[in-house]
Amino acid sequence: MLGAIRRRVGGPQSLLNTVLKCKSGLEPTAAAWTSGGRRNASEPQILSTCFRPDFAPPAASSPPRSGTMTVRDALNSAIDEEMAADSKVFIIGEEVGEYQGAYKVTKGLLQKFGPDRVLDTPITEAGFTGIGVGSAFYGLKPIVEFMTFNFAMQAIDHIINSAAKTHYMSGGKIEVPIVFRGPNGAAAGVAAQHSQCFAAWYGACPGLKVLAPYNAEDARGLLKAAIRDPDPVVFLENELMYGETFTVSDEVLDPSFTLPIGKAKVERQGTDLTMTAFSKMVGTCLKAAEELAKEGISVEVINLRSIRPLDRATINASVRKTSRLLTVEEGWPQHGVGAEICASVVEQSFEYLDAPIERICGADVPMPYAANLERLAVPQLEDIIRAAKRVCYRSTQQRAAA
Amino acid sequence: MAASMVTCAAVPTLRSGASRSTNSVVESSAAKFASKSSFLGLNVRAPTVVAAASSSRHSVAGKVSASASELVQAKPKSKADDLLITRDEVLDVYEDMVLGRSFEDMCAQMYYRGKMFGFVHLYNGQEAVSSGVIRLLKKEDFVTSTYRDHVHALSKGVPARLVMAELFGKSTGCCRGQGGSMHMFSKEHGLLGGFAFIGEGIPVATGAAFTTKYKREVLKDDKADAVSVAFFGDGTCNNGQFFECLNMAALWKLPIVFVVENNLWAIGMSHVRATSVPEIWKKGPAFGMPGVHVDGMDVLKVREVAKEAIERARRGEGPTLIECETYRFRGHSLADPDELRNPAEKAHYAARDPISALKKYILENDLATEAELKAIDKKIDDVVEDAVEFADESPLPVRSQLLENVFADPRGFGIGPDGKYRCEDPGFTAGTAQV
Repeated sequence: MLGAIRRRVGGPQSLLNTVLKCKSGLEPTAAAWTSGGRRNASEPQILSTCFRPDFAPPAASSPPRSGTMTVRDALNSAIDEEMAADSKVFIIGEEVGEYQGAYKVTKGLLQKFGPDRVLDTPITEAGFTGIGVGSAFYGLKPIVEFMTFNFAMQAIDHIINSAAKTHYMSGGKIEVPIVFRGPNGAAAGVAAQHSQCFAAWYGACPGLKVLAPYNAEDARGLLKAAIRDPDPVVFLENELMYGETFTVSDEVLDPSFTLPIGKAKVERQGTDLTMTAFSKMVGTCLKAAEELAKEGISVEVINLRSIRPLDRATINASVRKTSRLLTVEEGWPQHGVGAEICASVVEQSFEYLDAPIERICGADVPMPYAANLERLAVPQLEDIIRAAKRVCYRSTQQRAAA
Repeated sequence: MAASMVTCAAVPTLRSGASRSTNSVVESSAAKFASKSSFLGLNVRAPTVVAAASSSRHSVAGKVSASASELVQAKPKSKADDLLITRDEVLDVYEDMVLGRSFEDMCAQMYYRGKMFGFVHLYNGQEAVSSGVIRLLKKEDFVTSTYRDHVHALSKGVPARLVMAELFGKSTGCCRGQGGSMHMFSKEHGLLGGFAFIGEGIPVATGAAFTTKYKREVLKDDKADAVSVAFFGDGTCNNGQFFECLNMAALWKLPIVFVVENNLWAIGMSHVRATSVPEIWKKGPAFGMPGVHVDGMDVLKVREVAKEAIERARRGEGPTLIECETYRFRGHSLADPDELRNPAEKAHYAARDPISALKKYILENDLATEAELKAIDKKIDDVVEDAVEFADESPLPVRSQLLENVFADPRGFGIGPDGKYRCEDPGFTAGTAQV
């Protein structure tokens, strides 16, 4: 897949070719996305992540936004609708049934679908993940919920070795249409073993699709796409986002609404600086963009949505427009998502950069418990604003990190 | 949960008759596991006091002519030297249980006032297990726990001030504010955590037990006899790590005691819904170690069983699995609405509060007066208040503490304080790491 991208986005000339190729009819229609079935095998999957240079926010003439929804309700409705539409979908995990979900994401599902499709498990992550993977080999579509992705470390053997690698190892014979979902990353005051961000770890693994929604629309669309997807998907939610409310349009509320996997969204247009973020940090970046706009810096904020496949096309196109990049994430810096984005931009858009790229990451320590230390360990609004100004005013060699 | 008293058919019990007692002892019949121990139910003449270093904790004064459960239930008015426990010991245990209870109640108050945050899991109702087992241990013995670890820390001897400061996230806490409620560690007192994932503490405790065995056999240290105790819940007993450690501990005859605090619920998952064979004690003999089921609301019973298990481990006879049937009066954590548990069940166990039961026992057997017990209560109140004040007044960690303690050797590349490579230093293998 990487090879395909390089062919597509290798320089201005091939860029144009790709744009023309996309526009000439290989762009997926809404129907293709909602069919849920396997796409035509001859059509390379990559072309579905078509590069479109003009990502304008919905025009004023689009249907009026109606309704608000919390991220929790978005996830709940997505699972609900997919389970109703396809009886092969079931959900398995700790406290998903009688307790209504450890974070109430699966509220009401037991009552609606019964204990045969909403399965409470003992505390055996390795066991029930393996059971989920095995059932996916034979055509069922499990949704495996982890209470947090930290607990998934007890099951990571099955996520990587049994789920991610099987389609390859079996020569394409066995599909694994499974979704692993749960909260990821830092919450509030839950200390080192509950606060790790796993986006970089799972994003490094070929065979997995890794998604990280930000708002209710992302949550709904991406989870529905993930459940319909024939490949293993790691769906990284965020505990602190569950209760956040967002406005949603009628289109989002439609039961056949899905979002493409592998496509980032430009949440805010800008001309001076590109910021990339995923999950909770998107909100912080948008706030930072508001603040920076007052000082005359126009920031383009990209909501990655998909960690793997990473939408390098959108990111590179944006950097080519603004010439500066700031990557933001909550996870650890070394080998992080930001590191991969920086490498990609240096590889593909080096001549366009006017300043060294900056990464804003969580502190390179296990998450401390003390409240003031925890605040220092996670990127805050001020950190992002400061870094953005640094990237904009500086065009000389960046000093070595402390 | 039905207290099933089925004893393993292939194994002779050491108890005589009494099928209605809540204690069942299963020991393997294999000769190598034959114990010279004296479990409950035997007629035992007053044994000599075990010469444990400083405390009288290991003394069993008095003749045991019936099982401990009958003794406690019937509460006979017998002479002091007929009792299972001396006055000093029982007051120590009482004080420890009251400390545990008051501390946890104070934690709840502080949480609702916003001084504590994150996940806080309280131990109310289970004090008999912690006090019954840990008060028998020496300072060098090891304890591992789960996230419900405040009271294990207190019983093991970590000062209440340090635990409270840790919960407030202050730099004077036992882990400098970096660990939090779920990660209590104390090298001095042998507390090895404090783990967020259940099941994680069991291999760690097994490793600590292995250290003792290694010290004896490889390092030829005859005085190494530290016992390791792992505390965990019913939910953990379905986790793979539990079984792996039972196997290895029995295989290598490690000096460890596995204590299951079966409070029947894992957040909202009832034990019988999650387990194919709900009797956890049966899983001990499956791996070749004794499995004991004991009433975890009765501190004296827990104490007797634990004493035997710890002595067994110290003698080098291997591990024991103790299942304590107990109950947590509060929800799983302070954020848990606790809707799934039957109020009748809660009321049943609330009536069997271990502290009230012990108090009754003490008074009926004239081990102490009401006034003395009240004095202990008051003393504990003062200790807890002092702990809160200390924690309140302690400073938050300084900014620079964020990056400290990641490594023991901070330079990370084996570079000594003189700037040269450690491996080129002739004294390297003697341990030259300076922080």
